[in-house]
Amino acid sequence: MKNNHSADLDEGERHHIVELISVSKSYQRGSQIIPVLEEITFSIAEGEFLALMGPSGSGKSTLLNLIAGIDSVDKGSILVKGLDISSLSESGLASWRSANVGLIFQFYNLIPVLTAFENVELPLLLTGLSGRRRKEQVETVLSLVNLTDRMDHYPSQLSGGQQQRVAIARAMVTDPAILVADEPTGDLDRASAVEILSFMDRLVKEFGKTIIMVTHDPKAAENAHRIIHLEKGVLLNPSQQKA
Amino acid sequence: MFYLKLSLRNAFRHPLRAVLTITGVAVAILAFGLLRTLVGLWYLGVETSSSTRLITRSSISLVFTLPVSYRERIRHISGVTEVSSMNWFGGIYVSEKNFFPNFAVEPKTFLALYPEFIIDDAEKRSFLKDRRGAVAGFKLAAKHGWKIGDRIVLKGTIFPGEWDFVLRGIYRGAQRSTDESQFFFHWDYLNESLRKTVPRRADQVGLYVVGVDAPEKAPEVAQAIDAIFRNSLAETMSETEKAFQLSFVAMTEAIMIAIKIVSYVVIVIIMVVAANTMAMTARERISEYATMKALGFKWSHIAITVFGESLFIALLGGAIGVLLTFPAAHLLETELSQFFPVFSVSPVTIYFQLAAATLVGIVSSAFPVYRASTINISEGLRRIG
Amino acid sequence: MPVPVYYSFRNLTVRRLTTALTASGMALVVFVFAATLMLAEGLQKTLVETGSPDNVVVIRKGSQSEVQSGVERLQASIVESLPDIVTGEGGRPLLAKELVVLINLPKRGSNKPANVVIRGVGGASYALRPQVKLVEGRMPRPGSSEIIAGKSIAERFEGGGIGEHLRFAMREWTVVGIFDAGSTGFSSEIWGDVDQLMQSFRRPVYSSVIFRMRDAAAFDSMKSRLESDPRMTVEAKLETRYYLDQSEAMAKFLRILGLSLTFIFSLGAVIGAMITMYAAVANRVVEIGTLRALGFHRASILQAFILEALFLGLIGGVAGLVPAAFLQFITISTMNWQSFAELAFSFSLSPGIIVKSLLFSLVMGIAGGLLPAFRAARMDIVGALRSS
Repeated sequence: MKNNHSADLDEGERHHIVELISVSKSYQRGSQIIPVLEEITFSIAEGEFLALMGPSGSGKSTLLNLIAGIDSVDKGSILVKGLDISSLSESGLASWRSANVGLIFQFYNLIPVLTAFENVELPLLLTGLSGRRRKEQVETVLSLVNLTDRMDHYPSQLSGGQQQRVAIARAMVTDPAILVADEPTGDLDRASAVEILSFMDRLVKEFGKTIIMVTHDPKAAENAHRIIHLEKGVLLNPSQQKA
Repeated sequence: MFYLKLSLRNAFRHPLRAVLTITGVAVAILAFGLLRTLVGLWYLGVETSSSTRLITRSSISLVFTLPVSYRERIRHISGVTEVSSMNWFGGIYVSEKNFFPNFAVEPKTFLALYPEFIIDDAEKRSFLKDRRGAVAGFKLAAKHGWKIGDRIVLKGTIFPGEWDFVLRGIYRGAQRSTDESQFFFHWDYLNESLRKTVPRRADQVGLYVVGVDAPEKAPEVAQAIDAIFRNSLAETMSETEKAFQLSFVAMTEAIMIAIKIVSYVVIVIIMVVAANTMAMTARERISEYATMKALGFKWSHIAITVFGESLFIALLGGAIGVLLTFPAAHLLETELSQFFPVFSVSPVTIYFQLAAATLVGIVSSAFPVYRASTINISEGLRRIG
Repeated sequence: MPVPVYYSFRNLTVRRLTTALTASGMALVVFVFAATLMLAEGLQKTLVETGSPDNVVVIRKGSQSEVQSGVERLQASIVESLPDIVTGEGGRPLLAKELVVLINLPKRGSNKPANVVIRGVGGASYALRPQVKLVEGRMPRPGSSEIIAGKSIAERFEGGGIGEHLRFAMREWTVVGIFDAGSTGFSSEIWGDVDQLMQSFRRPVYSSVIFRMRDAAAFDSMKSRLESDPRMTVEAKLETRYYLDQSEAMAKFLRILGLSLTFIFSLGAVIGAMITMYAAVANRVVEIGTLRALGFHRASILQAFILEALFLGLIGGVAGLVPAAFLQFITISTMNWQSFAELAFSFSLSPGIIVKSLLFSLVMGIAGGLLPAFRAARMDIVGALRSS
């Protein structure tokens, strides 16, 4: 894993790892077409910790899904590391995600029948790595989140905070370009939430990862470099500085 | 009525699951009904036996014949109304696949002793007059498209050669359950030929059919007949027609027992499937049950709705299965008439089918009802399902 | 890039009750399926083994079994003069003229009657049938009213045991020996001296003539020579063929009945599997969405669920075969429709039946799991994730 001291560079000199250009998305409910995002344009710098906030129905989760490549835009384009992902096919996106995106969910979304080790190993199964190499990678990230001693436990045997740490390890195991987190502390108590957020901080500061996080918790947003507000599918203030 | 409404609505919350379960029950009940009918069919000969007919055969086995001279001697026994004879001919029509029972009989007495074979008077007379004449059952004639006056050729197996007959009569059964697939002709025609070709086989009959004037007299007449011929060269064994038919059934009993067992197995299979469905459904609704309990409903209330849902699905499936049994039975009767000349569904079978469906409904709700009764409210509410 | 195999397998073990119930349904179906095939197999095995590949059976033309047949003494002598017959002990042709009739005997215990084969045999009969071995007592003395009984008859019928008596054809006969013919049909027969029996039953003709060929390959030419002889009204069959034909109607009936029953039952089991797999998919929507989000393709999801259904089928298949294997200890005795005679046979499990049964259960699994697997694969990622 690279150590990128991007925090020392000022904004203008950082590469834009994610660029959204005039992105629009709407959903069809019966015969009605409901717009969710309207002409969203902004960029995210490499090594940035971005928080997306807004009331429910504002489209923030949809925006996150688009950046992660889980959903596709209706209009506009999204570039990640220079690649226009909006032009990829469904299976192309699947392959792209496995190598480039780390996902963190509100309810951890661990596979119940797999151990912590096996859950973290999952994304590596989509690469061509040998069993031995996979084992090394998994053990590395698990030690990063301090869960080496629990690698053979099933999710049901772990606390909420521990499960989220496993999820973070899973998100990091392929050394992806970006990490996408949807309400990562939403189901955690205060103490665990603080712990998770500090881990995410480390990922940015020590490993130079780019994190895009949706949250409605202002305390969680405090850790971010920048907060973007969305309301009714539109950006409120395109650039905000962390308080 | 609230519970009824709740049960009904709950049953179709998962339309696909409900449809699948109902289909499963319907198929099982259908199979159960058909199997029971099949077993009943095996005993058909027994059911349709007359209590005023005896069968007299060689005491060694059916394979041995009796002299035709016995007939007169049997006729003179007190209590005997009429005596006829039958020889199993075993002839083949065109191919072995077209199997049907065919006999050489003493024609006048035979028709007198079997009033359930109803035949038109004119046809009867022409049959009795023509030594080459034959009578066939309605279903048999219909199957092969035979008409009165047609020439029918049978290939002999026990009596080698090609045997020519003219169809003089077609009989209908007096009851739905009477076998209309039989074929019989004059014993004289057979015997005449045997006298010329294989004389030592002539003047023999396969068995005697003896009519008695009252059912109570049957045992004593049977004994009287056997007493006459004891210690002769061809000893006899006389028994009521029912006992005779039963002895046939007994010989293939093992198969029938197996089929009976299998018919219950099918019910067990569907019980397992339905129980699984209800168990899964119950597991998914734990928080709902907990909520109801929290609101003040007792477990017995919940039990009733679960039970009602299970019973409703099972009975609906059962009803469909019962309804399908009739066309299915008809199909079997026409397509497989070689094996099943009569395949009619009895009312008893339908009761059994509905009872089976009810049983499925009750048993499959057992586990969910138990589950509902033991839910701890707060634990249940915490479960998201 | 498939989802790991242990994912599919563990999802079954984690929902124990559901898996057990669904697999039980399939196991019952496989049990009936295997039992039916085993029964038909056992029947045919018994009858086929009854015949030897070098023996020929000659019966009257058109009769379907020895019981219905009659071979005149003259015709029997003509058969005896055929050059194709192997020479036996004492320089005589290895040929036997036999009488086969049925007698009605009551079963032990139930007293229910059944038709039993009595075979009048000549000296060569024993040599022609090496499967038949005397295990108790002795052979009947020539000219006496003595008989020997097959093991199955001795066990099941009144008067069939050693030292016991049977009365038929106006004489009392004593059982002086028991013979064992393995699982062949002969174990359900009673043997006695052919001349004594013909006299007693007042049968002047034989039922059949059995002989061994010098060269079985010459069977066809021998057959056409024999049957086209104008003095003869007989037909010749290889003994194995003869016994195979005897079992045909019944084996066919058993197979058709059994398989159609099994098919109907399998519908029930497949429906059970379908319900289970649909529920499994419904309960794991978020999981499926997560796997897709992580980058697994739709095809991988499809394959994971199909594999789960296959495992389910396999469990059911094995669970059904194990008790079916125990059926081999049971013997069935019933009347064979073609020969009209009592026949005892047992269930026979062959490797072919094992393979067929397992395949059948796998097919049931796929049939039940296919549609739900497609539902899982067709899910839209966002919708699936949203349902948590």
